[in-house]
Amino acid sequence: MSGFLDTVIYTATTLLKIVLVMVPLILSVAYLTLAERRVIGSMQTRIGPNRVGPFGLFQPFADVFKLLVKEVIVPTNASRFLFLTAPVLSLAPALAAWAVIPFFDGGAIADVNAGLLYVLAMTSIGVYGVIIAGWASNSKYAFLGAMRSAAQIVAYEIAMGFALIGVLMLAGSLNLSEIVRGQSGGFFHWYLIPLFPLAVVYFISGVAETNRAPFDVAEGESEIVAGFHVDYSGMAFALFFLAEYANMIMIAALTAILFLGGWMSPIDGVGDGIWWFLGKTAFVLFLFLWLRATFPRYRYDQIMRLGWKVFIPVTIVWIAVVGFAIWFEIGPWFQQRA
Amino acid sequence: MLANYFPVLLFIVIGLVLGVALLTAGRVIGPSKPNREKNSPYECGFEAFEDARMKFDVRYYLVAILFIIFDLEIAFLIPWAVTLDTISGAAFAAMGIFLFILVIGFIYEWKKGALEWE
Repeated sequence: MSGFLDTVIYTATTLLKIVLVMVPLILSVAYLTLAERRVIGSMQTRIGPNRVGPFGLFQPFADVFKLLVKEVIVPTNASRFLFLTAPVLSLAPALAAWAVIPFFDGGAIADVNAGLLYVLAMTSIGVYGVIIAGWASNSKYAFLGAMRSAAQIVAYEIAMGFALIGVLMLAGSLNLSEIVRGQSGGFFHWYLIPLFPLAVVYFISGVAETNRAPFDVAEGESEIVAGFHVDYSGMAFALFFLAEYANMIMIAALTAILFLGGWMSPIDGVGDGIWWFLGKTAFVLFLFLWLRATFPRYRYDQIMRLGWKVFIPVTIVWIAVVGFAIWFEIGPWFQQRA
Repeated sequence: MLANYFPVLLFIVIGLVLGVALLTAGRVIGPSKPNREKNSPYECGFEAFEDARMKFDVRYYLVAILFIIFDLEIAFLIPWAVTLDTISGAAFAAMGIFLFILVIGFIYEWKKGALEWE
Protein backbone atom coordinates (compact mmCIF):
# COMPACT_ATOMS: atom_id res chain seq x y z
CA MET A 1 0.00 0.00 0.00
CA SER A 2 2.84 2.39 0.85
CA GLY A 3 4.31 1.61 -2.56
CA PHE A 4 1.12 2.88 -4.15
CA LEU A 5 1.18 5.99 -1.93
CA ASP A 6 4.79 6.66 -2.92
CA THR A 7 3.85 6.47 -6.55
CA VAL A 8 1.02 8.96 -6.04
CA ILE A 9 3.28 11.37 -4.15
CA TYR A 10 6.01 11.02 -6.78
CA THR A 11 3.56 11.65 -9.59
CA ALA A 12 2.12 14.67 -7.77
CA THR A 13 5.52 16.27 -7.12
CA THR A 14 6.51 15.65 -10.74
CA LEU A 15 3.29 17.25 -11.92
CA LEU A 16 3.99 20.24 -9.65
CA LYS A 17 7.47 20.60 -11.13
CA ILE A 18 6.07 20.40 -14.64
CA VAL A 19 3.60 23.18 -13.82
CA LEU A 20 6.47 25.22 -12.35
CA VAL A 21 8.26 24.97 -15.71
CA MET A 22 5.22 25.22 -18.00
CA VAL A 23 3.63 28.36 -16.52
CA PRO A 24 6.77 30.54 -16.65
CA LEU A 25 7.47 29.13 -20.12
CA ILE A 26 4.06 30.16 -21.45
CA LEU A 27 4.39 33.57 -19.78
CA SER A 28 7.82 33.91 -21.41
CA VAL A 29 6.27 33.13 -24.77
CA ALA A 30 3.61 35.77 -24.17
CA TYR A 31 6.14 38.40 -23.18
CA LEU A 32 8.57 37.42 -25.91
CA THR A 33 5.93 38.45 -28.45
CA LEU A 34 5.64 41.81 -26.69
CA ALA A 35 9.41 42.17 -26.34
CA GLU A 36 9.80 41.39 -30.02
CA ARG A 37 7.41 44.14 -31.06
CA ARG A 38 8.92 46.66 -28.64
CA VAL A 39 12.54 45.85 -29.51
CA ILE A 40 11.98 45.90 -33.26
CA GLY A 41 9.92 49.06 -32.78
CA SER A 42 12.83 50.74 -31.03
CA MET A 43 15.28 49.56 -33.68
CA GLN A 44 13.09 51.13 -36.36
CA THR A 45 12.49 54.28 -34.25
CA ARG A 46 8.85 53.40 -33.68
CA ILE A 47 7.21 53.00 -30.29
CA GLY A 48 5.56 49.59 -30.58
CA PRO A 49 2.46 48.54 -28.62
CA ASN A 50 2.15 50.73 -25.50
CA ARG A 51 -1.59 51.25 -25.00
CA VAL A 52 -2.84 48.17 -23.15
CA GLY A 53 -1.77 48.60 -19.53
CA PRO A 54 1.44 50.28 -18.37
CA PHE A 55 4.09 50.16 -21.17
CA GLY A 56 1.74 47.85 -23.06
CA LEU A 57 2.37 45.07 -20.53
CA PHE A 58 -1.13 43.59 -20.92
CA GLN A 59 -0.89 43.48 -24.71
CA PRO A 60 -0.12 39.70 -24.86
CA PHE A 61 -3.21 38.91 -22.81
CA ALA A 62 -5.35 41.12 -25.01
CA ASP A 63 -3.99 39.21 -28.03
CA VAL A 64 -4.75 35.83 -26.48
CA PHE A 65 -8.31 36.77 -25.54
CA LYS A 66 -8.92 38.16 -29.00
CA LEU A 67 -7.77 34.88 -30.58
CA LEU A 68 -9.82 32.90 -28.06
CA VAL A 69 -13.12 34.52 -29.08
CA LYS A 70 -12.47 34.18 -32.81
CA GLU A 71 -13.96 31.41 -34.90
CA VAL A 72 -11.74 28.41 -35.65
CA ILE A 73 -12.48 28.01 -39.36
CA VAL A 74 -12.06 24.58 -40.93
CA PRO A 75 -12.09 24.98 -44.74
CA THR A 76 -14.50 22.78 -46.67
CA ASN A 77 -11.83 21.00 -48.71
CA ALA A 78 -9.52 20.40 -45.78
CA SER A 79 -8.96 17.00 -44.15
CA ARG A 80 -10.77 17.85 -40.95
CA PHE A 81 -9.02 15.50 -38.53
CA LEU A 82 -5.49 16.24 -39.75
CA PHE A 83 -6.26 19.94 -39.95
CA LEU A 84 -7.06 20.02 -36.23
CA THR A 85 -4.28 17.58 -35.24
CA ALA A 86 -1.47 19.61 -36.80
CA PRO A 87 -1.42 22.54 -34.33
CA VAL A 88 -1.45 20.16 -31.36
CA LEU A 89 1.33 18.13 -32.95
CA SER A 90 3.53 21.19 -33.34
CA LEU A 91 2.86 22.53 -29.85
CA ALA A 92 3.22 19.35 -27.77
CA PRO A 93 6.87 18.53 -28.67
CA ALA A 94 7.85 22.19 -28.37
CA LEU A 95 6.71 22.06 -24.74
CA ALA A 96 7.78 18.49 -23.99
CA ALA A 97 11.41 19.16 -24.94
CA TRP A 98 11.72 21.28 -21.78
CA ALA A 99 11.56 18.15 -19.60
CA VAL A 100 15.33 17.61 -19.74
CA ILE A 101 16.63 21.21 -19.62
CA PRO A 102 18.82 21.82 -16.52
CA PHE A 103 17.89 25.29 -15.26
CA PHE A 104 20.51 25.14 -12.49
CA ASP A 105 22.79 22.46 -11.02
CA GLY A 106 20.47 19.48 -10.51
CA GLY A 107 17.54 21.56 -11.74
CA ALA A 108 16.23 19.37 -14.56
CA ILE A 109 12.83 17.69 -14.23
CA ALA A 110 14.21 14.53 -15.80
CA ASP A 111 18.00 14.34 -15.65
CA VAL A 112 18.16 11.56 -18.23
CA ASN A 113 21.45 10.42 -19.74
CA ALA A 114 20.26 10.73 -23.34
CA GLY A 115 18.99 14.29 -22.81
CA LEU A 116 20.45 15.81 -25.94
CA LEU A 117 19.09 13.01 -28.14
CA TYR A 118 15.65 13.52 -26.59
CA VAL A 119 15.74 17.25 -27.32
CA LEU A 120 16.84 16.57 -30.90
CA ALA A 121 14.02 14.07 -31.34
CA MET A 122 11.41 16.42 -29.94
CA THR A 123 12.46 19.42 -32.01
CA SER A 124 12.46 17.20 -35.11
CA ILE A 125 8.88 16.06 -34.52
CA GLY A 126 7.81 19.68 -34.87
CA VAL A 127 8.28 19.44 -38.63
CA TYR A 128 5.39 16.96 -38.83
CA GLY A 129 3.06 19.68 -37.55
CA VAL A 130 4.18 21.92 -40.41
CA ILE A 131 3.85 19.26 -43.12
CA ILE A 132 0.49 17.98 -41.89
CA ALA A 133 -0.86 21.53 -41.60
CA GLY A 134 0.21 22.35 -45.15
CA TRP A 135 -1.20 19.12 -46.55
CA ALA A 136 -4.46 19.13 -44.59
CA SER A 137 -5.33 22.73 -45.46
CA ASN A 138 -5.68 21.77 -49.14
CA SER A 139 -4.71 25.27 -50.20
CA LYS A 140 -1.92 25.99 -52.67
CA TYR A 141 -0.20 28.56 -50.49
CA ALA A 142 -0.25 26.28 -47.47
CA PHE A 143 1.09 23.39 -49.54
CA LEU A 144 3.97 25.41 -51.01
CA GLY A 145 4.80 26.84 -47.60
CA ALA A 146 4.90 23.39 -46.04
CA MET A 147 7.17 21.99 -48.78
CA ARG A 148 9.59 24.88 -48.46
CA SER A 149 9.54 24.78 -44.72
CA ALA A 150 10.11 21.02 -44.50
CA ALA A 151 13.04 21.08 -46.95
CA GLN A 152 14.60 24.00 -45.11
CA ILE A 153 14.19 22.43 -41.67
CA VAL A 154 15.70 19.07 -42.68
CA ALA A 155 18.61 20.80 -44.46
CA TYR A 156 19.53 22.83 -41.40
CA GLU A 157 18.95 19.94 -39.05
CA ILE A 158 22.02 18.26 -40.56
CA ALA A 159 24.24 21.28 -39.94
CA MET A 160 22.80 21.44 -36.43
CA GLY A 161 23.48 17.75 -35.80
CA PHE A 162 27.09 18.10 -36.94
CA ALA A 163 27.55 21.13 -34.67
CA LEU A 164 26.29 19.06 -31.74
CA ILE A 165 28.81 16.29 -32.52
CA GLY A 166 31.58 18.77 -31.67
CA VAL A 167 30.01 19.44 -28.27
CA LEU A 168 29.67 15.72 -27.60
CA MET A 169 33.33 15.12 -28.46
CA LEU A 170 34.42 17.65 -25.84
CA ALA A 171 31.83 16.77 -23.19
CA GLY A 172 31.79 12.99 -23.61
CA SER A 173 28.18 12.80 -22.49
CA LEU A 174 24.66 13.25 -23.85
CA ASN A 175 23.41 14.39 -20.45
CA LEU A 176 22.78 18.14 -20.58
CA SER A 177 23.85 18.68 -16.95
CA GLU A 178 27.13 16.84 -17.63
CA ILE A 179 27.70 19.01 -20.70
CA VAL A 180 27.34 22.15 -18.57
CA ARG A 181 29.65 20.73 -15.87
CA GLY A 182 32.22 20.03 -18.58
CA GLN A 183 32.42 23.79 -19.09
CA SER A 184 33.19 24.66 -15.46
CA GLY A 185 36.14 26.90 -14.69
CA GLY A 186 35.02 30.28 -15.98
CA PHE A 187 34.54 31.95 -19.33
CA PHE A 188 37.63 30.49 -20.98
CA HIS A 189 36.34 26.95 -20.49
CA TRP A 190 33.02 27.56 -22.21
CA TYR A 191 32.68 25.56 -25.42
CA LEU A 192 32.02 28.81 -27.25
CA ILE A 193 35.77 29.36 -27.58
CA PRO A 194 37.15 26.01 -28.85
CA LEU A 195 33.97 25.37 -30.87
CA PHE A 196 33.36 28.91 -32.10
CA PRO A 197 32.56 27.97 -35.73
CA LEU A 198 30.17 25.26 -34.54
CA ALA A 199 28.48 27.67 -32.11
CA VAL A 200 27.84 30.13 -34.94
CA VAL A 201 26.54 27.36 -37.22
CA TYR A 202 24.35 26.03 -34.42
CA PHE A 203 22.77 29.40 -33.68
CA ILE A 204 22.11 30.29 -37.32
CA SER A 205 20.72 26.78 -37.98
CA GLY A 206 18.48 27.33 -34.98
CA VAL A 207 17.14 30.52 -36.51
CA ALA A 208 16.47 28.61 -39.75
CA GLU A 209 14.90 25.65 -37.90
CA THR A 210 12.38 27.90 -36.20
CA ASN A 211 11.51 29.59 -39.51
CA ARG A 212 12.49 32.98 -38.16
CA ALA A 213 13.58 35.97 -40.21
CA PRO A 214 15.79 36.14 -42.26
CA PHE A 215 14.94 32.48 -43.03
CA ASP A 216 11.16 32.91 -42.96
CA VAL A 217 10.45 32.00 -46.60
CA ALA A 218 7.96 29.45 -45.31
CA GLU A 219 5.77 32.31 -44.17
CA GLY A 220 6.98 34.96 -46.63
CA GLU A 221 4.04 37.37 -46.34
CA SER A 222 4.80 39.03 -49.64
CA GLU A 223 4.95 35.84 -51.74
CA ILE A 224 2.94 33.00 -50.20
CA VAL A 225 0.90 35.03 -47.68
CA ALA A 226 1.51 33.06 -44.50
CA GLY A 227 2.70 29.68 -45.75
CA PHE A 228 1.52 26.56 -44.01
CA HIS A 229 -0.85 28.27 -41.56
CA VAL A 230 -2.65 30.54 -44.04
CA ASP A 231 -5.98 28.80 -43.48
CA TYR A 232 -5.74 28.66 -39.69
CA SER A 233 -7.62 31.10 -37.49
CA GLY A 234 -8.40 31.70 -33.83
CA MET A 235 -6.89 29.33 -31.29
CA ALA A 236 -5.59 26.92 -33.97
CA PHE A 237 -3.39 29.76 -35.24
CA ALA A 238 -2.45 30.68 -31.67
CA LEU A 239 -1.09 27.15 -31.11
CA PHE A 240 1.30 27.48 -34.06
CA PHE A 241 2.37 30.85 -32.76
CA LEU A 242 2.93 29.45 -29.27
CA ALA A 243 4.93 26.54 -30.70
CA GLU A 244 7.15 28.81 -32.79
CA TYR A 245 8.04 31.02 -29.84
CA ALA A 246 8.49 28.08 -27.46
CA ASN A 247 10.91 26.62 -30.03
CA MET A 248 12.77 29.91 -30.22
CA ILE A 249 13.23 29.97 -26.45
CA MET A 250 14.28 26.32 -26.64
CA ILE A 251 17.03 27.05 -29.18
CA ALA A 252 18.19 30.01 -27.08
CA ALA A 253 18.28 27.88 -23.92
CA LEU A 254 20.19 25.12 -25.73
CA THR A 255 22.73 27.61 -27.07
CA ALA A 256 23.22 28.82 -23.48
CA ILE A 257 23.65 25.24 -22.23
CA LEU A 258 25.84 23.85 -24.99
CA PHE A 259 28.13 26.78 -25.72
CA LEU A 260 27.74 29.45 -23.03
CA GLY A 261 28.16 27.36 -19.89
CA GLY A 262 24.50 27.08 -18.80
CA TRP A 263 24.10 28.11 -15.17
CA MET A 264 27.84 28.83 -14.71
CA SER A 265 29.00 32.39 -14.12
CA PRO A 266 31.78 33.69 -16.40
CA ILE A 267 34.10 34.04 -13.39
CA ASP A 268 34.86 30.67 -11.87
CA GLY A 269 32.65 29.85 -8.89
CA VAL A 270 31.21 33.36 -8.40
CA GLY A 271 27.45 33.18 -8.02
CA ASP A 272 26.56 30.29 -10.29
CA GLY A 273 22.83 29.84 -10.56
CA ILE A 274 19.63 29.97 -12.54
CA TRP A 275 20.06 33.71 -13.14
CA TRP A 276 23.03 33.13 -15.37
CA PHE A 277 21.08 30.57 -17.37
CA LEU A 278 18.10 32.91 -17.77
CA GLY A 279 20.33 35.87 -18.60
CA LYS A 280 22.21 33.97 -21.30
CA THR A 281 18.95 32.67 -22.75
CA ALA A 282 17.53 36.20 -22.83
CA PHE A 283 20.68 37.44 -24.56
CA VAL A 284 20.42 34.80 -27.30
CA LEU A 285 16.72 35.61 -27.72
CA PHE A 286 17.68 39.24 -28.18
CA LEU A 287 19.99 38.13 -31.01
CA PHE A 288 16.95 36.47 -32.67
CA LEU A 289 15.05 39.77 -32.57
CA TRP A 290 18.09 41.73 -33.65
CA LEU A 291 18.52 39.49 -36.71
CA ARG A 292 14.88 39.96 -37.64
CA ALA A 293 15.13 43.74 -37.42
CA THR A 294 18.39 43.89 -39.37
CA PHE A 295 18.40 41.44 -42.28
CA PRO A 296 16.16 41.24 -45.34
CA ARG A 297 14.66 37.83 -46.14
CA TYR A 298 16.93 35.37 -47.94
CA ARG A 299 15.92 33.96 -51.30
CA TYR A 300 15.10 30.25 -51.16
CA ASP A 301 18.07 29.13 -53.26
CA GLN A 302 20.35 31.24 -51.05
CA ILE A 303 19.01 29.46 -47.98
CA MET A 304 19.63 26.04 -49.48
CA ARG A 305 23.10 27.03 -50.61
CA LEU A 306 24.02 28.34 -47.16
CA GLY A 307 22.80 25.16 -45.51
CA TRP A 308 24.32 22.57 -47.85
CA LYS A 309 27.38 24.27 -49.28
CA VAL A 310 28.61 26.41 -46.41
CA PHE A 311 27.47 25.02 -43.07
CA ILE A 312 27.91 21.29 -43.73
CA PRO A 313 31.51 21.60 -45.06
CA VAL A 314 32.42 23.99 -42.22
CA THR A 315 31.09 21.63 -39.56
CA ILE A 316 32.71 18.51 -41.09
CA VAL A 317 36.09 20.26 -41.22
CA TRP A 318 35.77 21.48 -37.64
CA ILE A 319 34.76 18.03 -36.39
CA ALA A 320 37.94 16.66 -37.99
CA VAL A 321 39.99 19.45 -36.37
CA VAL A 322 38.49 18.82 -32.93
CA GLY A 323 38.87 15.06 -33.35
CA PHE A 324 42.59 15.28 -34.08
CA ALA A 325 43.11 17.94 -31.41
CA ILE A 326 41.55 15.69 -28.77
CA TRP A 327 43.34 12.59 -29.99
CA PHE A 328 46.78 14.21 -29.94
CA GLU A 329 45.96 16.48 -26.95
CA ILE A 330 46.77 19.70 -28.73
CA GLY A 331 45.92 23.01 -27.07
CA PRO A 332 44.46 23.88 -23.68
CA TRP A 333 40.88 22.81 -24.45
CA PHE A 334 41.55 19.44 -25.96
CA GLN A 335 43.02 17.39 -23.13
CA GLN A 336 41.85 13.79 -22.97
CA ARG A 337 39.06 13.63 -20.44
CA ALA A 338 40.91 11.05 -18.26
CA MET B 1 16.93 3.46 -15.35
CA LEU B 2 13.64 3.64 -17.27
CA ALA B 3 12.03 5.25 -14.21
CA ASN B 4 14.08 8.36 -15.04
CA TYR B 5 11.97 8.76 -18.14
CA PHE B 6 8.63 8.82 -16.31
CA PRO B 7 8.66 12.65 -15.91
CA VAL B 8 9.44 12.91 -19.62
CA LEU B 9 6.39 10.82 -20.47
CA LEU B 10 4.28 12.91 -18.11
CA PHE B 11 5.58 16.09 -19.75
CA ILE B 12 4.65 14.82 -23.23
CA VAL B 13 1.16 13.90 -22.04
CA ILE B 14 0.67 17.33 -20.47
CA GLY B 15 1.89 19.01 -23.65
CA LEU B 16 -0.69 17.07 -25.69
CA VAL B 17 -3.45 17.75 -23.16
CA LEU B 18 -2.66 21.48 -23.13
CA GLY B 19 -2.74 21.62 -26.93
CA VAL B 20 -6.07 19.79 -27.15
CA ALA B 21 -7.52 21.86 -24.28
CA LEU B 22 -6.59 25.19 -25.88
CA LEU B 23 -7.95 24.10 -29.25
CA THR B 24 -11.20 22.88 -27.65
CA ALA B 25 -11.50 26.14 -25.69
CA GLY B 26 -11.19 28.06 -28.95
CA ARG B 27 -13.84 25.90 -30.60
CA VAL B 28 -16.24 26.23 -27.65
CA ILE B 29 -15.80 29.94 -26.87
CA GLY B 30 -15.42 31.22 -30.42
CA PRO B 31 -18.49 31.63 -32.65
CA SER B 32 -19.28 29.17 -35.41
CA LYS B 33 -21.10 30.71 -38.33
CA PRO B 34 -19.78 28.90 -41.38
CA ASN B 35 -20.74 29.95 -44.87
CA ARG B 36 -19.58 28.83 -48.28
CA GLU B 37 -17.29 31.78 -48.99
CA LYS B 38 -15.68 31.80 -45.57
CA ASN B 39 -14.91 28.10 -45.66
CA SER B 40 -13.41 28.06 -49.13
CA PRO B 41 -9.61 27.72 -49.28
CA TYR B 42 -7.75 31.03 -49.45
CA GLU B 43 -6.65 31.92 -52.95
CA CYS B 44 -6.38 35.72 -53.04
CA GLY B 45 -10.13 36.11 -53.52
CA PHE B 46 -10.37 33.78 -56.53
CA GLU B 47 -12.40 30.61 -56.60
CA ALA B 48 -9.95 27.77 -56.00
CA PHE B 49 -9.68 26.29 -59.49
CA GLU B 50 -8.13 22.92 -58.87
CA ASP B 51 -7.10 20.60 -56.10
CA ALA B 52 -4.16 21.98 -54.14
CA ARG B 53 -2.47 18.56 -53.88
CA MET B 54 -0.60 19.06 -57.11
CA LYS B 55 2.67 17.80 -58.50
CA PHE B 56 5.64 19.32 -56.79
CA ASP B 57 9.27 19.83 -57.63
CA VAL B 58 11.43 16.69 -57.48
CA ARG B 59 14.16 18.67 -55.73
CA TYR B 60 12.23 18.53 -52.48
CA TYR B 61 12.35 14.76 -52.78
CA LEU B 62 16.08 14.89 -53.44
CA VAL B 63 16.61 16.99 -50.33
CA ALA B 64 14.71 14.41 -48.32
CA ILE B 65 16.95 11.59 -49.63
CA LEU B 66 20.14 13.54 -48.89
CA PHE B 67 18.77 14.30 -45.44
CA ILE B 68 18.37 10.61 -44.65
CA ILE B 69 21.97 9.86 -45.65
CA PHE B 70 23.46 12.68 -43.60
CA ASP B 71 21.18 12.16 -40.63
CA LEU B 72 22.24 8.50 -40.49
CA GLU B 73 25.82 9.67 -40.58
CA ILE B 74 25.14 11.87 -37.55
CA ALA B 75 23.50 8.93 -35.79
CA PHE B 76 26.71 6.94 -36.35
CA LEU B 77 28.88 9.81 -35.15
CA ILE B 78 27.07 10.37 -31.85
CA PRO B 79 28.19 7.22 -29.99
CA TRP B 80 31.69 7.63 -31.41
CA ALA B 81 31.90 11.24 -30.18
CA VAL B 82 30.65 10.36 -26.69
CA THR B 83 33.16 7.55 -26.21
CA LEU B 84 36.11 9.28 -27.85
CA ASP B 85 38.23 8.77 -24.71
CA THR B 86 37.86 5.06 -24.38
CA ILE B 87 38.02 3.88 -27.98
CA SER B 88 41.12 2.45 -29.58
CA GLY B 89 43.20 3.99 -32.32
CA ALA B 90 41.62 1.59 -34.79
CA ALA B 91 38.14 2.90 -33.91
CA PHE B 92 39.34 6.48 -34.33
CA ALA B 93 40.83 5.63 -37.72
CA ALA B 94 37.69 3.72 -38.76
CA MET B 95 35.54 6.80 -38.21
CA GLY B 96 38.09 8.84 -40.12
CA ILE B 97 37.77 6.49 -43.11
CA PHE B 98 33.97 6.51 -42.82
CA LEU B 99 33.90 10.32 -42.83
CA PHE B 100 36.36 10.39 -45.72
CA ILE B 101 34.12 8.16 -47.85
CA LEU B 102 31.12 10.31 -47.02
CA VAL B 103 33.00 13.47 -47.91
CA ILE B 104 33.81 11.93 -51.30
CA GLY B 105 30.11 11.21 -51.75
CA PHE B 106 29.32 14.77 -50.73
CA ILE B 107 31.79 16.17 -53.28
CA TYR B 108 30.24 13.92 -55.95
CA GLU B 109 26.74 15.22 -55.13
CA TRP B 110 28.04 18.76 -55.25
CA LYS B 111 29.71 18.27 -58.66
CA LYS B 112 26.63 16.47 -60.02
CA GLY B 113 24.56 19.51 -59.07
CA ALA B 114 22.28 17.73 -56.57
CA LEU B 115 22.75 20.65 -54.21
CA GLU B 116 21.83 23.32 -56.77
CA TRP B 117 18.54 25.13 -56.38
CA GLU B 118 18.29 27.22 -59.56
